[in-house]
Amino acid sequence: MAPLIFGEKMAMSKRSKVFWALAILAIIIVVAIYLDLSIYGTARLSPAEVWNALFDGGTGGVHTIVNQSLKRVIIGLFIGAALAVCGAVMQAVFRNPLASPYLLGLSSGASLGAAIAILFSVPFIPLGLTQPLLAFVFCLMTMFIVYTISKIGGDVRTETLILAGVAISSLFSAVVSFLTYVAPSDKMGDIVFWTMGSLSRIEWDEMAFVIPIIVAGILLMMTQMKNLNAMMLGDAHAMDLGVDVRKVRLFLLIVSSLVVAAAVAFVGAIGFVGLVIPHIFRLLLGPDNRYILPISAIGGGAFILLCDFLSRSFASYAGVLPIGVVTSIIGAPFFVYLLCRKKTEVGW
Amino acid sequence: MSVLDIDSLEYSYVGHPVFEDITLSVGRGEVIGILGPNGCGKTTLLKNLNRNLTPHGGCVMVESEDIADMTKKAIAKKVAVVPQTNEIRFAFTAREVVTMGRLPFQESFRGESSEDLKIIEDAMVRTDVLKFADRHINTMSGGERQRVIIARAIAQTPKILLMDEPTLHLDISMQFEVLDLVHRLAKEKDITVVIVSHDLPMVVRYCDRIVMMHDRRIFAMGAPEEILTPENMRTVFDIEAELEKDPRSGKPVVRLYGSCKADASVTNK
Repeated sequence: MAPLIFGEKMAMSKRSKVFWALAILAIIIVVAIYLDLSIYGTARLSPAEVWNALFDGGTGGVHTIVNQSLKRVIIGLFIGAALAVCGAVMQAVFRNPLASPYLLGLSSGASLGAAIAILFSVPFIPLGLTQPLLAFVFCLMTMFIVYTISKIGGDVRTETLILAGVAISSLFSAVVSFLTYVAPSDKMGDIVFWTMGSLSRIEWDEMAFVIPIIVAGILLMMTQMKNLNAMMLGDAHAMDLGVDVRKVRLFLLIVSSLVVAAAVAFVGAIGFVGLVIPHIFRLLLGPDNRYILPISAIGGGAFILLCDFLSRSFASYAGVLPIGVVTSIIGAPFFVYLLCRKKTEVGW
Repeated sequence: MSVLDIDSLEYSYVGHPVFEDITLSVGRGEVIGILGPNGCGKTTLLKNLNRNLTPHGGCVMVESEDIADMTKKAIAKKVAVVPQTNEIRFAFTAREVVTMGRLPFQESFRGESSEDLKIIEDAMVRTDVLKFADRHINTMSGGERQRVIIARAIAQTPKILLMDEPTLHLDISMQFEVLDLVHRLAKEKDITVVIVSHDLPMVVRYCDRIVMMHDRRIFAMGAPEEILTPENMRTVFDIEAELEKDPRSGKPVVRLYGSCKADASVTNK
């Protein structure tokens, strides 16, 4: 029999697994923060230089550089947490392994909003304002449309929600493709870049808007961790255990849509984080959402920072890559590896 | 004193009545079996008893309180359900699933209290699932999974236990084991048990009282000896059968001769 590191054979208690996962994550996140702070163009800063810039004011230019990067690191941590937690919640609510924060067409909705803002600039209002605003509004609007479609005929069933989400998502993606195609060449690049995401465009005052929404949203979703566990057994099981499934589901859909809308409004639709991060921890720690949600939040942040670091590492060859490209290139193969290794215990 | 009172309950699905005029009282610690052919609305009836489905008429009272006025959580504190054994895809351990039985009693961020842990342990001992407490439910056999779900229901410390086809997918010895366990629980812990099933022999063996459903209504109700007459069984189940006394236990057993339809085809030849 093949040795299973985290398998039942080791009889490692859940508590110690969680402890080790947290310890390893803590190391990874510190390294990720350092790496992402240290890179600037083709230059690299040493740990000492980063430390000095952060806590001792640093020396001249280095201070400014680290301050710029710090913005990226902070928003990266929160965006990663937001996407990973929303992904975990969606996968549990829909009991569907392919569920992601974007399941109900939220990313294509946001992309459409952003594309419209880029193409049809409103006079007197700067693009920096209309673009996130339209992305945010379109994102929520998409969720509303999908939910309303699913409601036709009375009961909102999870299967109908997914299908409606896929349909609306395809429609909006097609419109975005069309807009990209007809866009003048100077704006085409903007649209494409937005749909793949970037952490470096957001400003401090915008972060002050986004981060509270993300934090409040994550805390609200965490109040439902136990109910989510029951819902993973099946909606009927959850109802038998006293969970008002319809209410909890709607609550989680609204909160997660708000969080996703806030997260993508300024940085674009970064893919794969919400899909892959919860799965990784579920494979390692089992499906209990009381562990999966908080740990995914930390893991999502670390993952985004590592991907942002990588997107900058190749800057001298290809320019700074959109972070969404890196998250997908890294995320997909790692996910496949985990699936192959523990196929029997995935449970999907 | 009755624990469960059902009064002129009716439910329809897209305009078609599934059952109607169901009136029934069940006492404390009583094991009652609701029998009827497939598709007679037994499962739907059960789902109406904890408001998984909302009835279109009549009411259900648990300990003299109308469940229409109770929150889902409040209902779950008194009524536990063992649904038809279905696959669970997620790798929750047996202990985690049983722990979920305490969900109606817990706050969002609280862990299990020492009393919760005692109840969980006791439920697992009674159902004999402690030995595979850390195994994953998605890798268990039907019988093991069934017992874990029963343990979860016991951990809910219910007044009423609703069971939907509890013997389905179980081998014959496991059927006896599970129903023995349920019967013992009913008598020791004074839990009222409502079993919905088409498994005539098992229900007769373990239920104090039987409700026969036919044409969406209660056809007959009473002790097995009183109502399971050859005529009633012919009408409701389309079978030739009669009740006998088991010489070993003195309990009634069903002797099955065959389907009425098969009988007819034989005589026609």
